[in-house]
Parts: sequence; structure tokens; C-alpha cells
Amino acid sequence: MGVFKDAGHLFRFTGLFVLAFLAFLLIRGYVVPKTFGQYGHYRAAAIGEIAGRPVKFAGHKACEDCHTDIVDVKMKGKHAHVNCEACHGALAKHADDPTSMTPTKPDTAVLCARCHTASAAKPTGFPQVNPADHSNGVPCETCHNPHSPAIDGGGAK
Amino acid sequence: MSGVEGFMYPNEIELQWSVLIVLYPFITGLVAGAFILASLERVFLVEAVKPTYRLALLTALAFLLDAPLPLQLHLGHPERSPEMYFTPHSTSAMAMFGYVYLWYLMAVLVLEIWLDYRRDIVILSRKSKGLLRLIYKVMTLGSSNISPRSLAIDEKVGWVVTLIGIPSAFLLHGYVGFIFGSIKANPWWSSPLMPVVFIFSAMVSGIAAVMLLYMSATKMRRKAIDMRCVDTIAMYLFYIFIIDFSLEMLDLIHRIYEADESFRSLNFMVHTRLYFSHIVIQIFLGTLTPLILLFLTQVVKLTEVLRKRVYATSGCLAMIGIFAMRWNVVIGGQLFSKSFLGYTTYKMALVTREGFLVAIGLTILPLIFLWILVKLLPPWPEQSLHAPAPGD
Repeated sequence: MGVFKDAGHLFRFTGLFVLAFLAFLLIRGYVVPKTFGQYGHYRAAAIGEIAGRPVKFAGHKACEDCHTDIVDVKMKGKHAHVNCEACHGALAKHADDPTSMTPTKPDTAVLCARCHTASAAKPTGFPQVNPADHSNGVPCETCHNPHSPAIDGGGAK
Repeated sequence: MSGVEGFMYPNEIELQWSVLIVLYPFITGLVAGAFILASLERVFLVEAVKPTYRLALLTALAFLLDAPLPLQLHLGHPERSPEMYFTPHSTSAMAMFGYVYLWYLMAVLVLEIWLDYRRDIVILSRKSKGLLRLIYKVMTLGSSNISPRSLAIDEKVGWVVTLIGIPSAFLLHGYVGFIFGSIKANPWWSSPLMPVVFIFSAMVSGIAAVMLLYMSATKMRRKAIDMRCVDTIAMYLFYIFIIDFSLEMLDLIHRIYEADESFRSLNFMVHTRLYFSHIVIQIFLGTLTPLILLFLTQVVKLTEVLRKRVYATSGCLAMIGIFAMRWNVVIGGQLFSKSFLGYTTYKMALVTREGFLVAIGLTILPLIFLWILVKLLPPWPEQSLHAPAPGD
């Protein structure tokens, strides 16, 4: 029994270690979200929370039902596969009740530059310009129809 | 964009890992290196380095307490960043941090220091007064048993802890190297040699740091430097430095011979943007110069004064060299584009959360921790305490 008496301090340290481990588990239990790992390496409750959020995008079909004239122009041009709300913003409210909310027209001098400013990371076939040299602040829609932008493709204004 | 040359992808232009991420492996390396030096005496029975045994352990602890702070500052979100200790996970090398850190802190360093100092702590808890007495009392964990038998048990358990500590120190720093070495998307980092190079460079920097700390602290205390001790440390520093340098050169030769698709780009980077920090500072000033100096001490009979100066110079240069190595790994790995056709620049901020002043502060902080630890637990051999008589 003498060994246990002389090793008593080691048991105390072990006790401290166990306490620290329990504190670790306790804090971990508190900071790790309850539903984490239920389905995978993420918080399962996030699915319900995201699904419960109000819908903001109407989807291009909702736009096309009413704006058939624009669809006709758009289908002929390079922007045929660009979603309406990619430029006009989320418009579920407008689609639900067109009178309650009218979307503002985007500033093409800013909007077009987001995709078409020259960058080495873009494919070489992608139309890209230096906006300052190309138009010097003049809105792009002055020359290009944003729904079918090619000038020789009949989309020019 | 100023500082950008050639073709950079937009997300590569600004460096995400700043000087704080350079500090992290540097400081962790000092921990691992200092511990390996301590283990020389304890496990490998190198009696000559005994005067630095306790100082090496305290140095390792002081730097270990500081090691995660650069990461936390880098993470931002002070309300969330401490979670990195409590939510470790095996899904990624970075998420393993909590396991690696807490294991090394609690199961190795704190336990070994406590076992080694237990006799002193008990004696100090009887001798000191006021708040200090209370601190020592808490540190005894309520056990004042310092019978020869209990101290013999401490000695045996301490030996086992050091034995476990050696692979743990390798694991701690190997892990840091693994984080970089396992990033297969980055050819500057992706190398299975990376953990090994990190471990040996850690040993170089840790041994150099303890040697410098021992020499400067002894000088400040106006005591005589134990030359047998410093000579032995310098000898080990020299040998380990040779292994470290050979491994780094092996990595370099392998890259040159393999000459994969990234080689031209990386070669250009080393000869331009990284020339000063890699070729001049790391290789010539921080590796070859101290190696030549240490080689001289091994083959030429120098006077004591000269040897001290050579050790101090080569120790400082080795520390600078290892810091430059961390810099070249962390910063260098972010200077080139994945397109291998462009290069960016790292401009260190001055007074921001990840700026120069914070980096200086985090480098000084472990020395403050060490000063407190040394005051609390004197590591000097001549200050060995005598147990007061039972009636005291």
C-alpha cells in the first residue's frame, strides 16, 4: 500500500487531468451545435432553417410568362442562357404581385463591367474590355441591347 | 494592380496567410526543439547539458502558450476563435489542432514540468508568503509528500513522460509541416519531405534558442557560463543543422531533377521575388554562415571568449535562418499563380490585426511568459532548494 501512498500526488494530477477533460467535453458540448453530424459534417438543423426562409427568386419561367417580347429578343442573342434575375436581382415579390413592387432598371455601366471587365482568368473567347478605354463611363446600353448585346447580331439600338 | 506581374487569378492577388502564419510554425518549432534538447539529458543521458534541462522545459512551455495566439488573431472573431481548442476534428489536418495542442500541453509539458519541480514547489509552498504561497500551494495539488520514495516514483514517471514526449514533439511539429506538405494543389508546399524538414529545422531553432537564452540569462545573473554545457549544445546544434541542411538540399535537388510543370515558375520566383529572403538570408546568412562558424569550433581550438562569441553569433544567425525558412515556405507559397504565369507581392501592414507590430508583440510575449515562469520556478542548478527541517 506504500506505493499508493507515495504515488498519491500522481492520482491527484490524474484527477486534475480528468477534470480538465470533463471541462473540455462540457465546453465542446456547448459550442458544437446540437444537430451537428446528424446527416454529415454539417448542422442538420440548417436544412430546415434554410428551407424556412422566404423565397426571394421567382425563377426565369415566372418572368417569361409575362415578358414574352423580351424573351423573343433574348433567345436570339448571346445572353439567351443568362437568367433574368442574374441582372435584375431577386424578384419573387414582383412575380407574386407586379403592382406592389416595380424593379429598378440596373445601371449598365456598372452591371456589364462585372462580367466583361478584362481579366487573365477568363477564357480568351469571352468578350472582355477595359471599361475605361471602351466606353469611358457611357452606359453600355447606349450601343448594346443588354438582352442581345452583339451589335452585328441585330441587337444594336 | 501594383505588385502583380503576369497572369494572376483574382483570388490569388491578395495573400491570405500573413506574417502571423509565418510566426506560428516558427514558435511551434521552438517548442519542439527546446523539448528535444531537454530530452537529451533525460532520456539520452547527455549529462553535460543538465544546466539547461529545466530552462529548456520552461522555454518550451512559454512558447507553447504563445503558439496558438497568432492563429487566433488570424482567425479574427474573438467570440469564436477559442473554439479551435474545443472542436477538434479528424476531417482535416487543420481541424486536428485541438487534439495535437492539448495533448502536448497537458499530457507532456505540464506533467513533466510538474513532476520535475514537485519537490521545489512543495518546499517553496512552505517557505514563501502571501499570494506566492497560495500559488505554490495550488501547484502542489494538496500533496506535500516529498519522501525519497515518492521522488523516485516521480523520476520514473518523468522518464516515461519524456519518452512519450519525444514522439509527441515530433508529432507536434511534424503536424505543422504536414499541414503545408499535404496541400497537393500547391507545388511549393506539396512534398512528403516537408514534415521531416520542419522537425529538423525546429530542432535547430529550439536548440539555438535555449543556448542563447541560457548564455544571456547566465550573463545577466553575473554567473559563469558552463562551457562544457554550451560546447555540447553547440556540437548537437552543428550535427542537427547538417542533417537539416542536407534534407533541405535533398528537397531542392529532387525538385530540380524532377522539374515538373511548376519548376520554371518556382525557379523564377526563387531568383527574383524570393532571392533576398531565400538565397541571401536563409541559405547564405542563416545556414551556411552558422554552419561554417560551428564547424570551426569543432575543428579549431578556440579560446573560451571566442567560442562564446561564435556560439552567440551562430545561434542568432540560425534563428534568423529558420525564421526565413518559415517565411519562404508560408509567404513564398502564396506569391505565384496556379497558372504558373504570374506573381504577386506581400506587403506587410504595420498596425493592423495581422501587422508587423502584432508580430513583434507575439515574438516578445513568450519571453515575458518565460520570465514569469523562471521567477516562479527557478531553473538554475545552483539554486537547488533544501527541504526545511520539520520544525521550520
